[in-house]
Amino acid sequence: MKIANKKVTAERLVKDALAKAKHFADYNIFTYLNEEGALKRAREIDARIARGEKVGRLAGVPYALKDNFLSPEGETTASAHILQGFTAPITATAVKKLEDEGAIMIGRTNLDAFAHGSSTENSYFGPTLNAYDRERVAGGSSGGSAVAVALDIVEFATGTDTGGSIRQPASFNGVYGLKPTYGCVSRYGVVAMASSTDCIGFFTKTPEDMDLLMSVASGRDPKDLTTLDDYYNVSSNAESDDSRAFATTGAIDEASPVTTGASEEANEASDSCVRIGIIKEFDNDSVDKEIRNALKHKCELLKSKGHEIVELEMPALKYALAAYYIIVPAEVASNLSRYDGVRYGFRSENSEDLDALYSNTRDEGFMPENKRRIMIGNFVLSSGFYDAYFLKAAKARTLIVKEYEKAFKQCDYILTPVAPNPAFKLGEKVNDPVAMYLEDVMSVPLNLAGVPGLTIPAGKTKTGLPIGLQLVGPRRSDKSLIEFSKELQEDD
Amino acid sequence: MDIKREDILHLADLSNFAVSEGEAESLQKDLQSIIEYISQLDELDTADVEPTYQVFEMENVWREDEILPQEADREALLALTVEAKDNQIKVPKVL
Repeated sequence: MKIANKKVTAERLVKDALAKAKHFADYNIFTYLNEEGALKRAREIDARIARGEKVGRLAGVPYALKDNFLSPEGETTASAHILQGFTAPITATAVKKLEDEGAIMIGRTNLDAFAHGSSTENSYFGPTLNAYDRERVAGGSSGGSAVAVALDIVEFATGTDTGGSIRQPASFNGVYGLKPTYGCVSRYGVVAMASSTDCIGFFTKTPEDMDLLMSVASGRDPKDLTTLDDYYNVSSNAESDDSRAFATTGAIDEASPVTTGASEEANEASDSCVRIGIIKEFDNDSVDKEIRNALKHKCELLKSKGHEIVELEMPALKYALAAYYIIVPAEVASNLSRYDGVRYGFRSENSEDLDALYSNTRDEGFMPENKRRIMIGNFVLSSGFYDAYFLKAAKARTLIVKEYEKAFKQCDYILTPVAPNPAFKLGEKVNDPVAMYLEDVMSVPLNLAGVPGLTIPAGKTKTGLPIGLQLVGPRRSDKSLIEFSKELQEDD
Repeated sequence: MDIKREDILHLADLSNFAVSEGEAESLQKDLQSIIEYISQLDELDTADVEPTYQVFEMENVWREDEILPQEADREALLALTVEAKDNQIKVPKVL
């Protein structure tokens, strides 16, 4: 990515990004443009560069912030009516880390309200359009962030992924999108959806940029006690020699080590041959033929580089979506009970008493999909249904976790489609919640298991829509996963 | 299972929503199809399987019980509400 220096100023980078954001205004990517704030920060960075002071690793890099990250710049709405008027009095840890390195937020991006959805059509501000076809959805929930990167408005954008909300829009718009290991990046200051599966990640144009962002944003945070120790940067010491070797040779020699000693979770095979698992249950007619062909093509590419393809049977994954749409709504119902119109955000007018204020605010402030999820959550948790639904789903989750553990004894990484289809038409699924949920069938298992997944661009359909595949690794394999994705790169 | 109109009203009550006539009807249809879908878990054998509620690797994270400096002070927090009076948040009558 372009970093500001004496020749290219931060002000120039920011002005270009803002101009592009305005040029593409009709894609409905941004809920807020941070013009004044971004230019002010850019000038500060340029002044430091001019004085010869040390600047950060992301100095002057314009980025887009998904509108469910809290920071005092602009209202944080999560694209929900109920949060309108809310200017955050705190800054999310991920935002602080990026900005400490000099990154500059030029705008907040559109999402399905509270990240509930797979198309960005559930936004209070209307849908974001796909970067490659304006009649199609951006994917979701992080649709605005994916399109901001795909249209080259910004160098990178933040996202959240509870069940595919980074990986699916990345695949619909032809960019990289990482859902890290659960607990790798602090969730402090990010609007909570489902606390046991929410992950913070990024959209980028290259694996190198993804690695840089992860080295900045990952790590333990005393404000989020579910963050893991700083493993990402610890493993980087062992791996940096290899990545430098790749950068200098430009191409990867078949015999050269492609994963490193640091990814000991996965590696029993020799260094040069990596075992890639393909999930048998995902190879069926419900997945678009061109996506299946793209997967086969990448498998041939990997074989030609001396890697081994292993067929996996993971029968429990068939139940992941049902388990997900029990566990996540239950957590949603709990997390969204805080929105009542009293302390912040939107408040319904003319309520007679306090109870009416709560129920009117929630009725007017939530989108239909928010309501469906909250009600399903309260259904699966309610007396008489808890055992049959919530407890059953928690047990199914155990089987899914175990299935990944078993799979990663047979292979180093898994390669699968991200979604069953490329970007679909606007309005096509918006009135059929179950059809929309089925978009997530191959992305949610990772969230239930807490393992990382990286969407990689994998060509286009005959009609020119991007195809994405996801590379999945064991927990804590984030860095080697990003590194290995370079093996799958080809010229278009 | 069949989701009836009174189930929707009960769930709306648990969820603290005031739902209108038309909304109750569409919620009934949508929740029916979602519950049919998630009910397919019935066919999965989970005998002797322990539940998983989180995939974080630790049990407890201990810290000292001390008050740390906060980013937002009382004034900043009160400024977020629609109506404040005498350092308190003002709401309609409770009873």
